[in-house]
Amino acid sequence: MAAETASARHRRLRTLGSYAFLTAAAIVILFPIYVTIVNSLLRPDQLVEQPPPLVPTSPQWHNYVAAWTTGSMSTYMATSAIMTFAIVAGQLVTSILAAYAFAFLRFPLKRTLFVVCLATLMIPLEVTFITNLDTVTSLHWFNTYEGLAVPFLATGFGIFLLRQAFLQIPRDLQEAAQLDGYGHLRFMTRVAVPLARPSLAALGVFSFLAAWNQYLWPLVATGGQTPLNTVQIGLKALLGQQVSQIPISLAGAVIAFVPLLILLLIFQKQLVRSLTAGAVK
Amino acid sequence: MTDIGRAGMDAEGGLEAAALVVETHEAEVEAREAGGDTDKTTGDGAGGALARRRRKEAALAYVLLLPALVLFGVFSFYPFFRNFKLMLYETPPVPGLPARYVGLHQIVPTITSTEFTQSLVTTVIFVVLVVPISLILGLALAVAAHRKLKGIGIYRMIFSSTVVSSVAVASVVFGTLLNPVVGLLPWLGINPTPPALESTTWALPSVALITIWQFLGLSFIIMSAGLQSVPDELLEAARIDGAGAWTRFWRMTVPLLSPTIFFGFVVSTIYAFQAFGAIDILIGNSNAVRLHTNVLIYNIVNTLQVSNNPGAAAIMATVLFLIMLGLTVLQMRLLERRVNYGR
Repeated sequence: MAAETASARHRRLRTLGSYAFLTAAAIVILFPIYVTIVNSLLRPDQLVEQPPPLVPTSPQWHNYVAAWTTGSMSTYMATSAIMTFAIVAGQLVTSILAAYAFAFLRFPLKRTLFVVCLATLMIPLEVTFITNLDTVTSLHWFNTYEGLAVPFLATGFGIFLLRQAFLQIPRDLQEAAQLDGYGHLRFMTRVAVPLARPSLAALGVFSFLAAWNQYLWPLVATGGQTPLNTVQIGLKALLGQQVSQIPISLAGAVIAFVPLLILLLIFQKQLVRSLTAGAVK
Repeated sequence: MTDIGRAGMDAEGGLEAAALVVETHEAEVEAREAGGDTDKTTGDGAGGALARRRRKEAALAYVLLLPALVLFGVFSFYPFFRNFKLMLYETPPVPGLPARYVGLHQIVPTITSTEFTQSLVTTVIFVVLVVPISLILGLALAVAAHRKLKGIGIYRMIFSSTVVSSVAVASVVFGTLLNPVVGLLPWLGINPTPPALESTTWALPSVALITIWQFLGLSFIIMSAGLQSVPDELLEAARIDGAGAWTRFWRMTVPLLSPTIFFGFVVSTIYAFQAFGAIDILIGNSNAVRLHTNVLIYNIVNTLQVSNNPGAAAIMATVLFLIMLGLTVLQMRLLERRVNYGR
């Protein structure tokens, strides 16, 4: 009896210890974000107060208004949104089409072409951007939405992921659809795509994250100084050197972070799935 | 694809490893195709109709592949091969003069220049600062969160959260945290002169700190996914046999997790090699410590846009490509060995 209570107490202590460690780690990780939110709601003179305020006693919501309007965050957000949606939509469409061919159709050079698609994953942006900048300029796409989005409308990763999803579709279903007189296009849109929804969601979330957070390409493809700045490049412009500018630039950072936070809250499972697609197995 | 990458990026490294799984699935396709063949021949009978259908099917396949292949051709393969041509041309430092053909003569001077070798050394130091710490922290968090506790989902969400932070957001956040006159640092009495981001000693570690924080989410996600594939019964059996928590971690969890840890190593190394945004935002060209944070990509962008020499930039980009290729091949080799061993 006594031994039992001792082991129960031991277990409770261990659980308590786990919670203590987890909570401490969570606080350390979230601390920078918390300080950012607090500071974004302070007056500039409060920023230099000692000790620093840990709660905004009189939240200065107009910092957010200033970031949104005079700080041009509204324009940056619109640019990022248009670019991101174009890239996500484009990647989904091109990946569905190509993956369908690789999963359901027979044609010469199939294996070679699949390897070609995967090989694009080995070519880093840092190698291609030098020439892509010339290409985009000669197409008169410098500093345009086309220039921002078109180079990223296809992805080897997406083709790979969706092909795997399509291969999971049972053969019986294909045969039944064929007997019902379904052609390939109808089978693709009515059966294959709906059944591959989880993978489509994973790809969509991954593309969104990658596109929204791009830095190098939007910087060079717009020259970084023009109205067509994405949120990431805009934040750089917003980051002032004066203390008076700090709360506004922090408000801008919070605004830029919110869409992705929502994305994480809704699609955590899909995001994890796509990020670990190559990790396990 | 991006900085995430870079997320990606890094995140993006994950994509590179994805190529490995192909072979396994190739077999599946073969099986399906073989099945398809017999079905059709028995059903069709007439050879001409079958050939016609085959041709139609192939034509449809090429049409479906066309958009992706055209985009890959224009924006991936053409620039990749043109890079080798660019390496042969030198642009004079005086603006307006055309690039001239110098053959292979530009390559050796470029990769032996002090600017490039220093940049390479800086990058390696940066990678060494970022990779081990973010992997160890990610593993520690994953092990801690790998328990059935009430509310563990919230902790997992928090630990993964930095995966969605962009390099610009992280830079603005940490730029303020490291600010010498604002907030915590002056209050804690930490008041270095020059401030961290202007110090030749501390600028690079500061950028590394930002990168570690940003990568921690992905590191946690990767390690957690690996842990989930470790059978609980195995650890439970070891526990019953009297193995302590520490022994179980080092003798069982770590060896069983070694493929995951290695995957994380490759992804984070590729991620760290591609660092650019935080340095562009927080250090910039005007800062005196620029030379101490001049990582490879920063140097490439500067060579292209400030020195205006695409040839030299292409040479440096090729070196970066070879480093990443080497890492990916290493990853494939080791995974292959594991797979063969497992069978």
